[in-house]
Amino acid sequence: MNMVTDMGTLDTREPLLDVSGVGKRFGGVQALSEVGLRIQAGQVHGLIGPNGAGKTTFFNTITGLVPSDSGRFALAGRAYKPTAVHKVAEAGIARTFQNIRLFADMSALDNVRVGRHVRTRVGWWQAVLRTKAFVHEEMLIERDARALLDFVGLGDKALQTARTLSYGDQRRLEIARALATEPKLLALDEPAAGMNATEKLALRELIERIRQDGRAVLLIEHDVKLVMGLCDHVTVLDQGRVIASGTPAEVQRDPAVIAAYLGTGVHA
Amino acid sequence: MRALMQSSSGMPRLRLFIGCALALAVLPLALQPLGEAWVRILDTALLYILLALGLNIVVGFAGLLDLGYIAFYAVGAYLFALLASPHLTDNLPALAAMFPHGLHLPLWGAIPLAAVAAGLFGMLLGAPTLKLRGDYLAIVTLGFGEIIRVFMNNLDAPINITNGPKGINSIDPIHFGRVSLGEPWYLPAWLPAGLEGVALPPVTLHYYLFLLIVVGAVVLTQRLHDSRLGRAWVAIREDEIAAKAMGLNTRNLKLLAFGLGAMFGGVSGVLFASFQGFVSPESFSLQESVLVVAMVVLGGLGHIPGVVLGAFLLAALPEVLRQVAGPLQAMTDGRLDAAILRQLLIALAMIGIMLVRPRGLWPSPRHEDQLMPDVADAAKAGEGAR
Amino acid sequence: MDIFIQQLINGLVLGSMYALVALGYTMVYGIINLINFAHGEVLMVGALVSWTVVTALGDTGWPGWVLLSLSLVAAVLVCMALNVAIEKLAYRPLRNAPRLAPLITAMGMSLLLQTLAMILWKPDYKPYPILLPDEPYEFMGATINLVQILILGVTALTLAGLMALIHGTSLGRAMRATAENPKVAQLMGVRPDRVISATFMIGAALAALAGVMWAANYGSVQHTMGFLPGLKAFTAAVFGGIGNLGGAVVGGVLLGVIEALGAGYIGELTGDVLGSNYQDIFAFTVLILVLTLRPQGLLGERVADRA
Repeated sequence: MNMVTDMGTLDTREPLLDVSGVGKRFGGVQALSEVGLRIQAGQVHGLIGPNGAGKTTFFNTITGLVPSDSGRFALAGRAYKPTAVHKVAEAGIARTFQNIRLFADMSALDNVRVGRHVRTRVGWWQAVLRTKAFVHEEMLIERDARALLDFVGLGDKALQTARTLSYGDQRRLEIARALATEPKLLALDEPAAGMNATEKLALRELIERIRQDGRAVLLIEHDVKLVMGLCDHVTVLDQGRVIASGTPAEVQRDPAVIAAYLGTGVHA
Repeated sequence: MRALMQSSSGMPRLRLFIGCALALAVLPLALQPLGEAWVRILDTALLYILLALGLNIVVGFAGLLDLGYIAFYAVGAYLFALLASPHLTDNLPALAAMFPHGLHLPLWGAIPLAAVAAGLFGMLLGAPTLKLRGDYLAIVTLGFGEIIRVFMNNLDAPINITNGPKGINSIDPIHFGRVSLGEPWYLPAWLPAGLEGVALPPVTLHYYLFLLIVVGAVVLTQRLHDSRLGRAWVAIREDEIAAKAMGLNTRNLKLLAFGLGAMFGGVSGVLFASFQGFVSPESFSLQESVLVVAMVVLGGLGHIPGVVLGAFLLAALPEVLRQVAGPLQAMTDGRLDAAILRQLLIALAMIGIMLVRPRGLWPSPRHEDQLMPDVADAAKAGEGAR
Repeated sequence: MDIFIQQLINGLVLGSMYALVALGYTMVYGIINLINFAHGEVLMVGALVSWTVVTALGDTGWPGWVLLSLSLVAAVLVCMALNVAIEKLAYRPLRNAPRLAPLITAMGMSLLLQTLAMILWKPDYKPYPILLPDEPYEFMGATINLVQILILGVTALTLAGLMALIHGTSLGRAMRATAENPKVAQLMGVRPDRVISATFMIGAALAALAGVMWAANYGSVQHTMGFLPGLKAFTAAVFGGIGNLGGAVVGGVLLGVIEALGAGYIGELTGDVLGSNYQDIFAFTVLILVLTLRPQGLLGERVADRA
């Protein structure tokens, strides 16, 4: 089985991620109200909106980092309660972070190997006794990790310490690590932030390749060109609410979206 | 030297290994003629190395700053003290009736029992700390350590369990069948002339036992490190949220770190109790916990050879200095004695190392450090991105 | 009810001293996110310096309160200088180091101070002379003496002074700004190094004061006297809400009262299984309970983890 590309059998008529009615209040601020979206398998879904619209907060609610006050969540047709972060990852949603959260002192290869943890099973006593099962699984883990590094274009930097990688490489490493968990949905939080034009092109190609493997990608991004060129579907948030949802072309022409970005009158 | 250690297998590594093994085997015999005190220093150092290796799992691998680690040492030590000495049978007539020959738990029973007891204790003490951040975790574990010490000091009334500050003595020495490590062992007659009849004193016998156990511990912890569990722990240390986001059950992993780490403490405690022959709450103070933490951090957090080095230096060096402290003591009117010098050294070491080499004396080698120096610098220049 | 008032008074006195030391912890933590493990030792140094001055001037025949005041001034000055030096030499270089490093350094510093004190002053317990009239006054069935009354009074005054400093002066504003957001404060013209040094100085002065009080109240000084009170004062700071000045005071006083009442009643409560020698456990139990059940303390706010 090629771990990188095998998605198993999925009913592609059902949305892969179906979230609706998400609400979250922080103290006096209603950060999210009635937010929801649907993503199909193999789709790249963009989540855009002005700063402070609630995009990362939404990410945090679907991945369990922040408990939501309300909402219905379903992944691959099965409802899930995003209460435990690690269980969400186990169920099949993997994410990257806006501020890059790598395991800085570990090598690139080790970062990705940790990503394999959730899909591997050999216990510590077998590690201590160095059983055949242990040796075999370690070999598989290394093989899969290296394949992923190659997939994102970091194959030759496998042994480099993560903190010494360039910014763009660090972002790609984070994606490789997330892919290692065999997610059904890959949630990327501003993966192109701080990248130059060349790096963005490489990122776009990478996301295309990920999409071709049948995974769904949810993308928070500020780079309009990137979003429009890459996404099949875009949801626009402003001040915690969904103000538009549709194809990039539709959303681009939506007057509410234009108003939110350019501002008409006083904007809080 | 580092390059030799890094090569995955092969002749140079094997030769180095055999050389070290021989040197270690012969060491006590070389030191014996200078006085048994020197071999005793080695024995004490080995016990500390064992403790440091255990704490390394908690602090070094998983990044959980446990300042109450000495509590597990105490658990193991008191467990053996209670089950292999006349104390309980002297104080509890019911027990004396059940065990007319007294309680004499043998080593092969004591070690697993202490390991399990300490392990359970470790998870118990770790459980409330799971949601706490680094500094708070340190203080809470410190609190637990102190609570246990207070109990050790005061559980002599109404039922005398620990005998309070007086401690428990007359603890059985380690014995295997009829061979007791408390008696010197004479080399058998069939050895070539000159070697036969030579006596190996108890300190030397203990040295070999401790060395064996420490070597086992090194292998164990290294294997744990080079496995998915080891990587999971380091991931938690580096960034717990990211680790959770990758599907790691950080709660269970942390409990496992506490438990496994504590086991080493328990085993070490058993060895200590039988080696010394008595235990008292004094040996399990906060200062000892801090000392073991210092050993791990000074040596090289998470890096097993570094931890062994750190433990050895902090344990043995002050003892060695004790030998030269005599004249100093006279010079300063008794203010500077061996114990004070030891404390001073440890304190200065802790402060000094953090200022000069915060990663420790012998930290984990990074890929970049092994490249050509200018390439390494260029790579590190890329670090500025964050 | 027989010992209640007495233990309450003892608790308030103890709690005042805890509050003074807790303030030092909480201010430093609020500003550089460091648990200054060595802070308890500042209390010890203050007490020992005071003892030295009082003993040296013992033959001059000056009245007790003069000796006490002089020794207090000396203690405060020495401790302020000491704390600033410690911050500059040991903590400042590690401002950006991984979080474990300053913690280890602080623990090492604590050990170093204790050892140096042991060398300078020798390890024996030294009695602190009685400088003020010590006849007990009757109060609601309990006794209280002048020293204790002074402790309560001076603490109240000191707290008022501190509040005035924090809320009424530019230094106070600078400290509050740096505690909230050091980078922005710097952009506004605040010099972080200066503010941090000032914080350490103020903390030291409070701890020195507490040290002199402790010596006068309990009558003896020794190089290990600062460690446990330091730990408990830290507990108090966490109890009240770390980083929160009011919390440090509330936490300190409450902890003192809990400890005193606990020590007084524990025999009764546990049917004499546990005695008052278990007193030290109270602080740690409170600590563990607070951090497990309400980690932000009584007056603190939840700080959420930002992804």
